[in-house]
Amino acid sequence: MNQGGYNAGVHAYRDTYWDGNYEPIDTDVLACFKITPQEGTEREEIAAAVAAESSTGTWTTVWTDHMTDVDYYKARAYRIEEVPADPSCFYVFVAYPIELFEEGSIVNVLTSLVGNVFGFKALRAIRLEDVRFPLHYVMTCGGPPNGIQVERDLLNKYGRPLLGATIKPKLGLSAKNYGRAVYECLRGGLDFTKDDENVNSQPFMRWRHRFEFVAEAVHTAQHETGERKGHYLNVTAGTVEEMFERAEHAKSLDMPIIMHDFLTAGFSANTSLANWCRRNGMLLHIHRAMHAVIDRDRHHGIHYRVLAKCLRLSGGDHLHSGTVVGKLEGDRHAILGWVDQMREDFVYEDRSRGLFFEQNWGSMPGLFPVASGGIHVWHIPELLSIFGDDSIFQFGGGTLGHPWGNSAGASANRVALEACVEARNQGRDLEKEGTDILEGAARNSPELAEAMKTWKEVRFEYDTVDKLDVATGEPVVQQQGGRGR
Amino acid sequence: MNPFRSYTSRMTRPTSRKLGTFSYLPEMDAARVRKQIEYIIEQGWNPVIEHVETDRATEHYWYMWKLPFFGECNVDAIFTEITACRKEFPGHYVRIVGYDNGRQTQGARIVVYHGDRRTN
Repeated sequence: MNQGGYNAGVHAYRDTYWDGNYEPIDTDVLACFKITPQEGTEREEIAAAVAAESSTGTWTTVWTDHMTDVDYYKARAYRIEEVPADPSCFYVFVAYPIELFEEGSIVNVLTSLVGNVFGFKALRAIRLEDVRFPLHYVMTCGGPPNGIQVERDLLNKYGRPLLGATIKPKLGLSAKNYGRAVYECLRGGLDFTKDDENVNSQPFMRWRHRFEFVAEAVHTAQHETGERKGHYLNVTAGTVEEMFERAEHAKSLDMPIIMHDFLTAGFSANTSLANWCRRNGMLLHIHRAMHAVIDRDRHHGIHYRVLAKCLRLSGGDHLHSGTVVGKLEGDRHAILGWVDQMREDFVYEDRSRGLFFEQNWGSMPGLFPVASGGIHVWHIPELLSIFGDDSIFQFGGGTLGHPWGNSAGASANRVALEACVEARNQGRDLEKEGTDILEGAARNSPELAEAMKTWKEVRFEYDTVDKLDVATGEPVVQQQGGRGR
Repeated sequence: MNPFRSYTSRMTRPTSRKLGTFSYLPEMDAARVRKQIEYIIEQGWNPVIEHVETDRATEHYWYMWKLPFFGECNVDAIFTEITACRKEFPGHYVRIVGYDNGRQTQGARIVVYHGDRRTN
């Protein structure tokens, strides 16, 4: 189509990239950005600039724009909303045609959506709040190698959350002593133990020695308890070749699960490892080191709900979600919002949970949210009530710190969890009757009684830095700008 | 006296072999079992009774007692079947499973009878 003559120079972004009347179509990738502008810039122009800089545009008109159908390939800013109770910033909604992104490549999506535009000088700050991936795009991604149901079938564990613990001290143990700590936890009743994220292959404990002693610990504990066990063997490494060598060795030792850090290692490595796990029948635990660098600032970066969605597409069977316990009501809703994105087939738009778009996951498997850090037996009633059965609770200090050792700590957690599950199934209110339920269970478990004595009243309650924007959803500029679908 | 205690699990002790969810709690009496059957029925899951010799407990597939009790909402009826299964196979483990056909998983699985493990 002839678009008229070429007119060199700098034109307003809004002439091309703002369309308040645009109705997004089912195949569009939709993004919501929170934008803090420099003084004196007009909102529609900024919104259009973000759409341009994250899609086809550059700062000046180029003659080659006329060699393609820019109107077909360009992104469109189609809606602006106030951020509740924060006049320094506003939300911009952008629709991207699906053709802008390579199939099955989270890397490619992020390179556009959070690429150069994040350094754009007209912005003081910009945060990617949410992304709607159309089902058409979801179908091009591999997703979790196994998913929740398959993992339960492989491990033969039903009707309750799974229990884990991270081995401590996280650095400095010899491989043989490390294996001892694993064995003690697993024989006491945990389902999993975990490498700390910074355990890779240091001089004090090379990966091969760790893998081999841990394998013996896992097999012995399985034999002793009659239950299937696993240890998340961290295969994160300095090169992808090294990562695959470690993964292959874990498989050769008959281990069921390996672990990876998706942000420090990167999405390409993660997706390749997820594909390897799918081909080799291995479970994949995903850690999230570095996430707080990206998601903690309320005005700049990428919200964790987006990182969680990207990981589900890239692939993983477990992902750390945050623990919720001791948090304010709004933060609890926000966490449960992204926990839904990990587990459910379809998630509705819900501003009270920070969900700006509905999201259809089709038949892509869900993954287990992992609650880990600063939690102990007293938190179990609340954790079960919040997360339900399809979750993993990891008590590191809350297992290893038991006065009688790891097995007693593990047993205390398992008894407390099973007592809470039984009580819930009987219709009892976990959050109101939690103390009663735990005290009842402790009468038959000296390990639990001791754990309850040790951690009574230990809580970690700090104010949350990244609070949920309490949103009204009222657009201020263009009422007719369409919603997701 | 040193306050530490040893954990009592042993390879040589049959009771150290665990059988999934609720096996770290005291064995269930009839009243507790009935409550869990009620829960399975309330969730809309299909109750199934399964049993096995004690030395095959770690395997995935146990013997099925009859067929799944599709649509059975009567706790007494299920409990009667469990009792009949126990009577016919007194040496076996017996469990009740709630099969969740919507999500293609087992929503609940509870070993309700531990055979003669305690005495051998």
